[in-house]
Amino acid sequence: MTADPKGVLTGVHFLDGDHAACEGALAAGCRFVSGYPITPSTEVVERFAQRIPMVGGVFIQMEDELAASITMLGAVWGGKKVMTVTSGPGLSLMMEHLGLAYITEAPCVFIDVQRGGPSTGLPTLPAQADMMQVKWGSHGDYEIIALVPDSPQECFDLTIKAFNLAEQWRVPVFLMMDEVVGHMTERVVIPEASAIEITERRWTKKAPGEYRPFDACADGVPAMAKAGDGHRIHVTGLTHDERGWPALTPKSQDKLIRRLTNKIRDNADALADIREDQCEGADVIVVSYGITSRVASSAVLQARAQGLKVGHARLVVAWPFPTTRIAYLATQCKAMVVPELNLGQMVHEVSRAVAGKVPVLLVDHAGGTVHEPQVILDRILEAAR
Amino acid sequence: MSETTLNDDQDLSGLPLVDNPVMPYLRQERIPHIWCPGCGIGTTVNCFTRALEEAALDLDKVAIVSGIGCTGRVAGYLNLDSFHTTHGRAIPFATGLKLANPDLNVVVYSGDGDLFAIGGNHFMHAARRNMDLLVVCVNNFTYGMTGGQVAPTTPIGATQTTMPFGNFENPASLPFLADAAGATFVARWTVFHVRQLTRCFKEALGKKGFRFIEIMAPCPTLFLRRNRLGDGVDMVRQYKERSVLRNGADTKEVAVGMEGDIVVGTFVDRERPTWLDAMNSHFSSVLGDRYRTYGG
Repeated sequence: MTADPKGVLTGVHFLDGDHAACEGALAAGCRFVSGYPITPSTEVVERFAQRIPMVGGVFIQMEDELAASITMLGAVWGGKKVMTVTSGPGLSLMMEHLGLAYITEAPCVFIDVQRGGPSTGLPTLPAQADMMQVKWGSHGDYEIIALVPDSPQECFDLTIKAFNLAEQWRVPVFLMMDEVVGHMTERVVIPEASAIEITERRWTKKAPGEYRPFDACADGVPAMAKAGDGHRIHVTGLTHDERGWPALTPKSQDKLIRRLTNKIRDNADALADIREDQCEGADVIVVSYGITSRVASSAVLQARAQGLKVGHARLVVAWPFPTTRIAYLATQCKAMVVPELNLGQMVHEVSRAVAGKVPVLLVDHAGGTVHEPQVILDRILEAAR
Repeated sequence: MSETTLNDDQDLSGLPLVDNPVMPYLRQERIPHIWCPGCGIGTTVNCFTRALEEAALDLDKVAIVSGIGCTGRVAGYLNLDSFHTTHGRAIPFATGLKLANPDLNVVVYSGDGDLFAIGGNHFMHAARRNMDLLVVCVNNFTYGMTGGQVAPTTPIGATQTTMPFGNFENPASLPFLADAAGATFVARWTVFHVRQLTRCFKEALGKKGFRFIEIMAPCPTLFLRRNRLGDGVDMVRQYKERSVLRNGADTKEVAVGMEGDIVVGTFVDRERPTWLDAMNSHFSSVLGDRYRTYGG
């Protein structure tokens, strides 16, 4: 189905990434946000608080990020499309409820506007150093979907995609901005509501008494019910059976955790979204994501101007990692270069996929600003040798 | 209603079989429960289910939310929409549930460690906001599920595994906290007071706003045994002997210790606009026709 026009601010706008993401959420049908202020993400919830009274819904500023992230999950079972927004230290506090969202299969969107860390770090300056935390930061085995925009337009587009994927797979989905994308202002085109595809929640059609809330359909995803529908559902963070009842045995753990994991793992290739530019026939391929892609593009163009055959593969979906495609690209080139605003995170995934077939060169950065294109260019030249 | 006394030698064969009236409110397939013999939590659940029956609520619109701990398991045994959340976070979960679907009557049912140690911040803010929730705290003065550690309610002098030489921390008085934070209804009973507690549940279920009921309950395994206070029945006898009914009592004066009075009753009963009512009336007044009144 298509978007509810009430939430769609159709037109051509001049927006920063934070505001564009908020408009994406409203267009996607998000009608409940619980947040807690933290730089550089706060503008997302500020705009939501300003807009939602006229759209119809609720914004509530909670007392901390633990509260913000679980209030959001309560609203899922009240039937709303929901989101929370944070940065750095707030993300660390939300890790427990990322796990609860995952094991209870609560569709929801987390926006993380990345800043320098650890701890309070660089509150107003960029980094891309939460990439591994969203994948591994909550305890236990889990898989995640994480989308990485490189422009305010993509903040709008990918927030809608994040909501749609959350509903399709009943998983928490991350939109991983960084401070620069969050605060840069660019042209953002918001289409007519009728041109925005929306994935609706998969409500059960079964009658009370017949419905089992965690009985998966063929694609591994169970249909949902909400509180008040007469199903008398039980939802627990404990390992549970198809009825939702605690089932604390190795067998039920194996069954549940494998099903949850396989929802993502089995569909990793379909979920992959890599924007490739002249990768076929390239000697060197730059693999980048987020704001670093914008900087890397400059370095790639300069290298090409020097006569080098350089491709650029931009990850729009960072998780699940597009292992199959990166492994293929490794068979087509002589080296890969991975620039990122951290001291080496996604480069480990690239190396795992490449599996030693070609050298993988990291262009690291401790955060606080973006790379100088020259640093990436130097590494491309080094790789080409 | 007439009452009949049955003696052992009476012939009962002619009498109709009657199910326990609370059974329809329980997920019977999940019984037996995990609670120890002599534990007070089951008694509170019994009173709660009887109150649900007497209140004649649409049970499809009653949801129960628990945190983690022995009392945290209550949600799973009740035949309602039920949510067993994370440690300390039942109140903010319930906040989201209630705001997303205001038609629900949302009850938070959890223990003293869950609601007042790890979850204390949320309790204070939900009461301040006057979130429309009934919060039930079963106070057994200890962390039962993890093996009897000191709780924010443990009286001074009581021995716990993490206070092996006796507790020296000042405990919290829960009704005082609830009152100070802005709760609209504050009551305390013990598991001795089953009729009063049932009435209190029924009354609170029919009110709006942030309502708080503290129920003192024995933990024979980890609090009573460690402190040589006997078993569950001995503690209920203490509740009977020590409790003093004082409706409207100043909540500054209802703290509980190892000895002395246990003040019970309804301490606070007042009206304030709930968070959602306040939001709707405020936005209507400042935004006028532009505001889309929120009803779920």
